[in-house]
Amino acid sequence: MTTEQLVADLRAMWWIRAFEEKIQALHKAGDVRGSVHLCIGQEAGPVGACDALGDADALFATYRGHGWAIGRGAPPHALFAELLGRATGVNGGRGGSAYFSAPAYGFYGENSIVGGGASHAVGAALAGRQDGTGRLAMAVFGDGAMNQGAVYEAMNFAAVFALPVLFLCENNRYSELTPIRDMVRNERLTERATALGMPATRIDGNDPAVVRETVADLAEAAREGGGPAFVELTTQRLVGHYIGDVQQYRTKQELDADVLVEPIAVAIAKLAGSGLDTGAIEREVRDEVEVAARQALADPVADVSKVKEHLYA
Amino acid sequence: MPELNYAGAVNAALRRCLEEIPETLLYGEDVAKPGGVHGVTRRLWKDFGGRVFDTPISESAILGSAVGAAMFGRRPIVEIMWADFFLVALDQMVNQAANVRYVSEGRLSAPLVVRTQQGNSPGACAQHSQNLEALFTHIPGLRAAMPSTPQDAFDIMVSAVYSDDPVVVIDNRTLYFGDKQDVVTDGDPAPIGGSHLRRTGPAATVVTWGAITHQVLTAADRLAEEGVRLTVLETPWLNPFDHDALHKSLADTGGRLVVVHEANTTGGFGGEVVVRALEAGVLSGVPLRIGAHDSRIPAAPELAAALLPGAERIYAGLKQFAAH
Repeated sequence: MTTEQLVADLRAMWWIRAFEEKIQALHKAGDVRGSVHLCIGQEAGPVGACDALGDADALFATYRGHGWAIGRGAPPHALFAELLGRATGVNGGRGGSAYFSAPAYGFYGENSIVGGGASHAVGAALAGRQDGTGRLAMAVFGDGAMNQGAVYEAMNFAAVFALPVLFLCENNRYSELTPIRDMVRNERLTERATALGMPATRIDGNDPAVVRETVADLAEAAREGGGPAFVELTTQRLVGHYIGDVQQYRTKQELDADVLVEPIAVAIAKLAGSGLDTGAIEREVRDEVEVAARQALADPVADVSKVKEHLYA
Repeated sequence: MPELNYAGAVNAALRRCLEEIPETLLYGEDVAKPGGVHGVTRRLWKDFGGRVFDTPISESAILGSAVGAAMFGRRPIVEIMWADFFLVALDQMVNQAANVRYVSEGRLSAPLVVRTQQGNSPGACAQHSQNLEALFTHIPGLRAAMPSTPQDAFDIMVSAVYSDDPVVVIDNRTLYFGDKQDVVTDGDPAPIGGSHLRRTGPAATVVTWGAITHQVLTAADRLAEEGVRLTVLETPWLNPFDHDALHKSLADTGGRLVVVHEANTTGGFGGEVVVRALEAGVLSGVPLRIGAHDSRIPAAPELAAALLPGAERIYAGLKQFAAH
């Protein structure tokens, strides 16, 4: 692991964190409206996993998907604009925080139905088999989706047809407001994937390097015809399920412990002996994020005259 | 011009689409090697290899993968074996397929076709008898059609596959093995939409769609012999619905409107048809809806017949309506 890579990962994770924190502030100010699900604490997943994806590949995420869109390279200005309901948003304000897409960047959408996008990834891979691209598709969902039947239908479908689909479960320990451990009898979630006939592994989802390496290996195997695979990324949400969730269901002790293992803290600790000014990285990124947000705030609001367009072809 | 029954016409349409459009896929439960539970997709897998395949019994994955594949330029034609089975996977139609184009501002689209069949047949249980077209007409972003003749079964399937919107094509299994008819199979694909004036007469306009059209026509012919001539407008496309043709017809029938469908009366699409005519100011007098009695459907044929709008009830209803 080179210092250069550590720095690049830290910077990439700060991009996501700073974006989310800015959204939090914009929400508080009343500029971003509606329910918003932040991925603060879960930045290592997108930073590591998106590196395994090429331009032709497809990513499908959840409503906690801002970080994944940034990981795919969607421009922060257009993402801010989307959440602010501006005409310049990636979907002109139609998607909002929880259901936008940016296909030009290989980001085929968040989904506000838990588990709703898993089968779309299967279809994307199926299309890739037909159109000759050999497209790899990645479906990202949380631990909560592990109790959705539709996810198993999608996983089995991909397995039966040996489609190149990676199913990534970000296990932040909370299915919305309820601990996953209270909602499963067997906490070894990977066994569910193994039972469907695909390789499955549980890794440290707070380490972008571990995520990168694991996902790259599984992606390669999937592209070579090995069929789908499942990865459980263990991680944590440092914030509530949605902005405004006061998390009465979590203890201070638990939250304090999470702060010590969250990916940015870990990355900074790793760089501690390098003599690098990691604080400067944070400041630079926050400045750039601020510029993108300010630009989006100055953009025109979504165009009401076009609100009926694009319902049908 | 081949002579085809309804099932044969659907099969021919699917074959044509698979031949003409390399992006098409055809899949669903038992549709490939078994040829479909009703035999509609027979032999297609032999001729189109990996593009026609059987799937697990997983309606959500069938529909969801079709949405995903369609986003990437494929034209999936997927089967939901019974319309009742849609209900375990409606998320993929309502929350997913219907939203793709609109929410992405047209950057993405989901040009898929879902084939299904519905309605009661003697002995069918309550979970294999429902007429659910109104679920789809209620959802902006989806298209829906219910053919009743071999020619329409062919034409509508071809139009649906060529359409860039998600389309639900709903058959009625009692039609599959009816009489063979000459079917034009080499016409240009028509745009979706349209209707057929099946009978013309001044007494009233009767609008109907799907298999029950045949019973409406039988009733209208009986009444014609008795001197009461009705207009029968068959609207196989429910979305887009041919309101224009209906409203024009009402101008010739004194604004007197009857809607007949096999679906439950309450919340049925017939109510929408009536209200649109009312809003357009083309209705006169009190309209009539003939649909199933709002009920669950029992399996015993005699019990089901007591609830469904059969030939006798339609005849009696139209006769009474025309007399007032």
